[in-house]
Amino acid sequence: METRVAALETLLKDKGVLADDSVATYAHRTSEEWLPINGARLCARAWRDPEFKQFLLADGKAAAASMGFAMPEHHRKLAVKENTPSVHNVICCTLCSCTAFTIIGMAPGWYKDFEYRASIVREARTVLAEMGLVLRDEIKIRVWDTTTDTRYMILPLQPPYTAGWSEERLARLVTKESLIGVQRLEPPFLPVQNPDALQGQ
Amino acid sequence: MDGFHDMGGRQGFGPVVMNDKREPFHDEWEVRAAAISARLIGQHVYNMDEFRHAIERMAPRHYVCASYFERTFTAAATLCFEKGLISREELNAASGESVPLSLPAKPGRVAPDDLPKLKIGDWVKVKNEFVGGHTRAPAYVRGKCGQIVDISPACPFPDAAAHDLEPVPQCTFDVRFRSVDLWPECCDEAEVHVGLFHGYLEKAPLPTASYGSDSA
Repeated sequence: METRVAALETLLKDKGVLADDSVATYAHRTSEEWLPINGARLCARAWRDPEFKQFLLADGKAAAASMGFAMPEHHRKLAVKENTPSVHNVICCTLCSCTAFTIIGMAPGWYKDFEYRASIVREARTVLAEMGLVLRDEIKIRVWDTTTDTRYMILPLQPPYTAGWSEERLARLVTKESLIGVQRLEPPFLPVQNPDALQGQ
Repeated sequence: MDGFHDMGGRQGFGPVVMNDKREPFHDEWEVRAAAISARLIGQHVYNMDEFRHAIERMAPRHYVCASYFERTFTAAATLCFEKGLISREELNAASGESVPLSLPAKPGRVAPDDLPKLKIGDWVKVKNEFVGGHTRAPAYVRGKCGQIVDISPACPFPDAAAHDLEPVPQCTFDVRFRSVDLWPECCDEAEVHVGLFHGYLEKAPLPTASYGSDSA
């Protein structure tokens, strides 16, 4: 595949379609700009600021833009789904691999694999359990299949022990998996975390 | 198109593997392939709908066996060829091998213009339509009934946009289905939401079965 990709790259550079810095620019965006910390900061602020939370749930794209997070043209809407003690939301793309990648980061390998794409809509509780999230039967599951220009992000339930934490410290708790909805952050699903101890890792 | 890409609800797969699959990219050529395609979309060489359909049009064996980023590469190379930007011969010569491309597209279709008036809370049925070209209604909801829970801004009708036809924009609706209505007696219970274009939907009568009072 390296050779084939290099061949296409050279041909397109010769034709002036690909710029010399196209690959470097893209690599920089995916590794330095389009990161789950963006979504994490939206969640942390929503947890601390009820007015911002309403804004985020009503118009996710505008709320993200207000914090400087842009979305591509074909991501026309960011629909944010709030987890509660009795509701768990999870996103997928059965037809390909769509995510709000500028907000939650590029889709992980498993999200794009056939196993997840085929099974999450039909056997959500089983798949989540296999991935380490064992939900009690009382917790209702809502699956969101990304089939249009609307993108989704989960607003995880804030772990109760984090009351009073700063926005920055809260944001460091939020993972890409929790923004996709294959993880919950509150005990007993995730033990008590100290994000300060994770610094430097 | 009833291709292998339409995977929702297919059975026989093993568990999801997360350990070594947490990263988006695993090799440098994968970043390059994704960067090339992003640039081609940015330069309007092709649009997202054409890109998605070019992946769907890969020969089934090729689609199933190729890695995610081989599919990205194949769609990009196919569309560059079909749009006259490169020839198969120059791609094969530069690669030193015969590079498999996607198969030709079936015709697309323009959006229907007799759209029903729909609002949040309405019950709808996904039309029992069989589309040879690109479409964004997964087969698992074809002919099924659900309830509208949200409306999104208009965007180009994909069944046309993927085929160089006039993609008159349409609203899309998030429709909530009960998994037990999609796969009776053979699924986990959940509410499954699918974003569906206006043209895929028709009005449906209220269901006779008992539904949760909070389902709107």
